[in-house]
Amino acid sequence: MSPLNIKKSASSHSAYELRDPNAPVIETHTLAVIVENEPGVLARVIGLFSGRGYNIDSLTVAEVDHNSHRSRITVVTTGTPQVIVQIKAQLARMVPVYEVHDLTVEGPSVQRELALMKVAGKGEARIEALRLAEIFRAHVVDSTLESFVFEMTGTPEKIDSFAELMRPLGLREMARTGVAALSRGL
Amino acid sequence: MTRQMTGARMVVQALKDQGVEVVFGYPGGAVLPIYDEIFQQNDIRHILVRHEQGAIHMAEGYARSTGKVGVALVTSGPGATNAVTGLTDALLDSIPLVVLSGQVPTFMIGTDAFQEADTIGITRPCTKHNWLVKDTDKLSETIHQAFHVASHGRPGPVLIDIPKDVQFATGTYTPKEATRVSHYQPRVKGDSEAIAAMVALMETAERPVFYTGGGVINSGVKASQLLREFVAATGFPITSTLMGLGAYPASGTAWLGMLGMHGLYEANLAMHGCDLMINIGARFDDRITGRIPDFSPNSKKVHVDIDPSSINKVIRVDVGVVGDIANVLEEALALWKSRGSVVNKDGLAKWWKQIAEWRAVKCLTYNGSTKVIKPQYALERLEALTKGMDRYITTEVGQHQMWAAQYLGFEAPNRWMTSGGLGTMGYGLPASIGVQIAHPDSLVINVAGEASWLMNMQEMGTAMQFRAPVKQFILNNERLGMVRQWQELLHGERYSQSWSESLPDFVKLAEAFGCRGIQVTDPADLDDAIMEMIRYDGPFIFDCRVEKHENCFPMIPSGRPHNEMLLGDADTQGVIKAAGAVLV
Repeated sequence: MSPLNIKKSASSHSAYELRDPNAPVIETHTLAVIVENEPGVLARVIGLFSGRGYNIDSLTVAEVDHNSHRSRITVVTTGTPQVIVQIKAQLARMVPVYEVHDLTVEGPSVQRELALMKVAGKGEARIEALRLAEIFRAHVVDSTLESFVFEMTGTPEKIDSFAELMRPLGLREMARTGVAALSRGL
Repeated sequence: MTRQMTGARMVVQALKDQGVEVVFGYPGGAVLPIYDEIFQQNDIRHILVRHEQGAIHMAEGYARSTGKVGVALVTSGPGATNAVTGLTDALLDSIPLVVLSGQVPTFMIGTDAFQEADTIGITRPCTKHNWLVKDTDKLSETIHQAFHVASHGRPGPVLIDIPKDVQFATGTYTPKEATRVSHYQPRVKGDSEAIAAMVALMETAERPVFYTGGGVINSGVKASQLLREFVAATGFPITSTLMGLGAYPASGTAWLGMLGMHGLYEANLAMHGCDLMINIGARFDDRITGRIPDFSPNSKKVHVDIDPSSINKVIRVDVGVVGDIANVLEEALALWKSRGSVVNKDGLAKWWKQIAEWRAVKCLTYNGSTKVIKPQYALERLEALTKGMDRYITTEVGQHQMWAAQYLGFEAPNRWMTSGGLGTMGYGLPASIGVQIAHPDSLVINVAGEASWLMNMQEMGTAMQFRAPVKQFILNNERLGMVRQWQELLHGERYSQSWSESLPDFVKLAEAFGCRGIQVTDPADLDDAIMEMIRYDGPFIFDCRVEKHENCFPMIPSGRPHNEMLLGDADTQGVIKAAGAVLV
């Protein structure tokens, strides 16, 4: 965090956000929560966030180890440093939670999100959309004479910027998976 | 050693394996197989309540007064929803409970069946954990896990929802010893470096104070013993939250009395003025801290708690120690002794001199009367006449609760049962029955207000049926006293809906239930009446008519710091500002 309180925002449309220097610093953290894959465990974790007034910017969940019934929940959340610490402590004390990792503080991490975007258009707009897709390394996974469905993976920021470019070119629908993240190295 | 049996029999068998002696419950369609098993055995005693909320509060009273896990059994739908208030109460006060609820058969779940409710969904935020058991083979293991979760780490209520077909089906019983070791193993031993930092602060502090809470009681009797030893050895003053009363004896020389919104002057000023605050098993609740930016502004703070999420939740502390209280206190005491039992003697002497000045204010002084019974006087007499007896106190919620905490002295842990975190009116009567079931020969008194008491008065039937000679000491001011006090201070004396009209005749009510009641209006009759209550062999309803508009002091108004305490009616004019009025 810079002393000027200028920070990169995960999903803002400008590259930087200028905040009131007297306001408490709001940080964005990516948490990986390893849980017992039991019925209701997601509701339990989400309920903790809604019940205590914490934010969820993004959420993904899937079983990652079938034999030991482990699921991995990746939550991107925002809050003051005190709130972030509290969120981690509240998660860690839940009975079905095995581990809580704060990928934002535990060192460098890889964060990826997958998005599908349906872009409708003809003529120049359609060509422009295809050209931009190439630059962003988005794949065409469905195509008609009047539309494309692009698939792309990347950081949330990259998906944001691609979506912004597609909007005037005929972006109709978008589906995003939310962030999956792993720490870099061993 | 595994055996085949029905799910219903497994429930009873697992409870026996866990050493359960008493279950508080109420039957219904979805738990009939379990009740059939209860009928066919004599090891577990079933206390039939009159309302499921009563069952949970009884189990709480039982648990709090014994240190064991309380057990309740309710049916599906309304049985489970009626339990919700009690579960929330137990969660906020960290009371270990295992609640078993019936559920419609698995194949009917989700069809809006008769008496179906999403019990797991409803109780998820008000339990420490809950389970829906869909497979009879997993039932006994789940029950054993439930006892483990309820009683380990920060204790709390857990619920197991058992569909009726799972109760009927036959499966393999897993005994307690054969149950998989739970991965839920909260840290018990405190970090040695943190403990060393705590001890170092204690050696130099000029104005230290111990601030203890319900965690000391939950940790067990040993924690209270170690605390007493530590206080005696260091000579530090000690105060406690509502939930922690009795961990250190009220007769102890270092005792400052309870702290907080209605805490004692000397306790709150010691908190405000200390240079070292040692929080042991308390959680910086808003009833304790008052205005956060002004809370004990010049102190170093140490916080010992078994729940890591308690540390730095509300108040930033300098040293946090995560661990079981008894474990941490033992290590800290040994370390402090091994380093030469050092304290700042000069600083402490001055500190005690200052405390003596605060004590001299005698903040619990009230205007006595010979015409009308002052509630404080009633409690002073109750204290005097029952002191030294084998006594347990429960309370309802409101002014009487605060007065009970101020005027009754607790010499031992597990003797004081009150709804602290949730503030549940209607807690005291069922809790007193739960305590009495656990301690049949002891004197169990519920200090009540008439309004709270009416909320669960049906449980007098339970007290009669099971011969629980609980004493209901009702300070009857015909008002919702605490609401009325706040309306006087905050809402221009507009007493909106805060009086109790059409009250029953409590003496006739007692007769209707088949027990004894008495009404006292004259202070001169009080002692004899209290003695009659104590001597009566059976439940007793004491209608103590008290001053109607008495306010509870000292009081820290909402939004004020500790050093802006009100000591009496003369201090109250215009004290609460708009910002404070929005707080509760």
